[in-house]
Amino acid sequence: MARVSNKVALVTGGAKGIGEACALLLAKEGAKLVVSDLDIAAGEKVVKAIKAAGGEAIFIQQDVTDEASWPKAIAATVERFGALHVLVNNAGIAIPGSAVDATLADWRKTMAVNLDAVFLGTKYAIPAMTGTVGSGGGSIINISSIEGIVADPNLAAYNASKGGVRIFTKSAALHCAKNGLKIRVNSVHPGYIWTPMVEDFLNSIGDVSEGRAGLDSLHPIGHVGEVMDVAYGVLYLASDESKFVTGSELVIDGGYTAQ
Amino acid sequence: MSNSPQNPFRLDGKVALVSGGARGIGAAVAEALAASGAAVLVTDVLDAVGEATVARIRAAGGKAEFFHHDVTVEAQWEQAVAAAVAKLGGLQVLVNNAGIETAALITQCEVDDFKRVMEVNVTGVFLGMKHALRVMKPGASVINLSSVAGIIGSTAHVAYHASKGAVRLMTKAAAVECAALGTGIRVNSIHPGIVVTDMGTAFIQDFVKLGLAPDYAAAEAAIKAIHPMGFGEPSDIANAVVYLASDATKWMNGSELVIDGGLTAA
Repeated sequence: MARVSNKVALVTGGAKGIGEACALLLAKEGAKLVVSDLDIAAGEKVVKAIKAAGGEAIFIQQDVTDEASWPKAIAATVERFGALHVLVNNAGIAIPGSAVDATLADWRKTMAVNLDAVFLGTKYAIPAMTGTVGSGGGSIINISSIEGIVADPNLAAYNASKGGVRIFTKSAALHCAKNGLKIRVNSVHPGYIWTPMVEDFLNSIGDVSEGRAGLDSLHPIGHVGEVMDVAYGVLYLASDESKFVTGSELVIDGGYTAQ
Repeated sequence: MSNSPQNPFRLDGKVALVSGGARGIGAAVAEALAASGAAVLVTDVLDAVGEATVARIRAAGGKAEFFHHDVTVEAQWEQAVAAAVAKLGGLQVLVNNAGIETAALITQCEVDDFKRVMEVNVTGVFLGMKHALRVMKPGASVINLSSVAGIIGSTAHVAYHASKGAVRLMTKAAAVECAALGTGIRVNSIHPGIVVTDMGTAFIQDFVKLGLAPDYAAAEAAIKAIHPMGFGEPSDIANAVVYLASDATKWMNGSELVIDGGLTAA
């Protein structure tokens, strides 16, 4: 049973990690996919995998921090597939640094990718969704983090950006709901998921396997998560099964924030 | 994408117990779980209505049994859990759904009414977890129905808010404990806004009874004004229960799934 058949989804940062898993799963469940990323080779590989499995997809190279890229990305989506129903604002970066150590350049780069881009994607997707949605409505899914709910002393900029995503999501959700737009906006808050981003992050601060064991121990369930754990949550929020869910935080964290 | 089951939202081979499963959200949950492949023990104090829910599930090709069950009585929980195991072959999903409310201003709320709400909504959930967790195996999922009333306050429902807030944090306590003990069992809560059910209607009528609104239409309009997407349907909650019951949420534990059309976002 395809849960998002006849929907068109755009996933930013769709070439790797959580974004890749979201793109593959949404396509498997019937959506037509626009995979957006800076990395052309990895992005094209995801598109190829979707097509090989019988799905439809295109790749667009996009710097999500560039405002001009958004009207283009959405126009390309609508031109190819006729509509936009689902936007997964997934692209994100993590640069370690405390409130004292973080440089202003790192702070601004983090904000640009993790927060500016979520704002821009939402800003340009809503009018496109308003014009084209069928009875099912539109769904914008912003990938925040547990680090948007609780803090880490060495993730000052990342915490600020993901906290921003969390409450920006609610503002956008209320805008859509109060204007009767039939567009839902929700955030997803993963704990540490084993992805290239987390691996790179651990590598930047020390030994990767030691780092992973340390991360495992932070989650009451006893281990870090898998990309599919998040992708299933995105699928739930993308589908009409969640039609009364808006402005909500879907926490998928192995119990991290429950303790 | 490795190791992903073919359809992780399916519940084939799982047995679910739904308390308060005779009507409203509970009935929708029981029917949705059965439609997704689970065998369901529908428990309730309302025998005839509960049997009718079971009959609907069977007519749709699902598997279900009814069990008379007052969730405030510990012995009946032991019997209900035993019935799930004996009649349906196990227990992988517990949906603590049974709940009541009482409408009164704090200064007018009778202590017996307050205690009754706590007994059903809090003690009932505690007892359900106590006895289900004893038989549940790794991969099992407990889903506690809290409410937006467990997150925010409102006028004239002090007992309900107290009880649903307790469910919210009992859920997290159970989630952390289950993880710490390595049980492989997940515990999460769901927080519906107003859903169109008999209880939802009663909730609106109570505002008129208490003189807080001139008539039903006015009370409904006032409550709708804080629900930017209108009211929900039982299926909105049932879909979320299926998601949380399934292996798709194997890494979700201690989470709050809010389904309220934006009520608590503001």
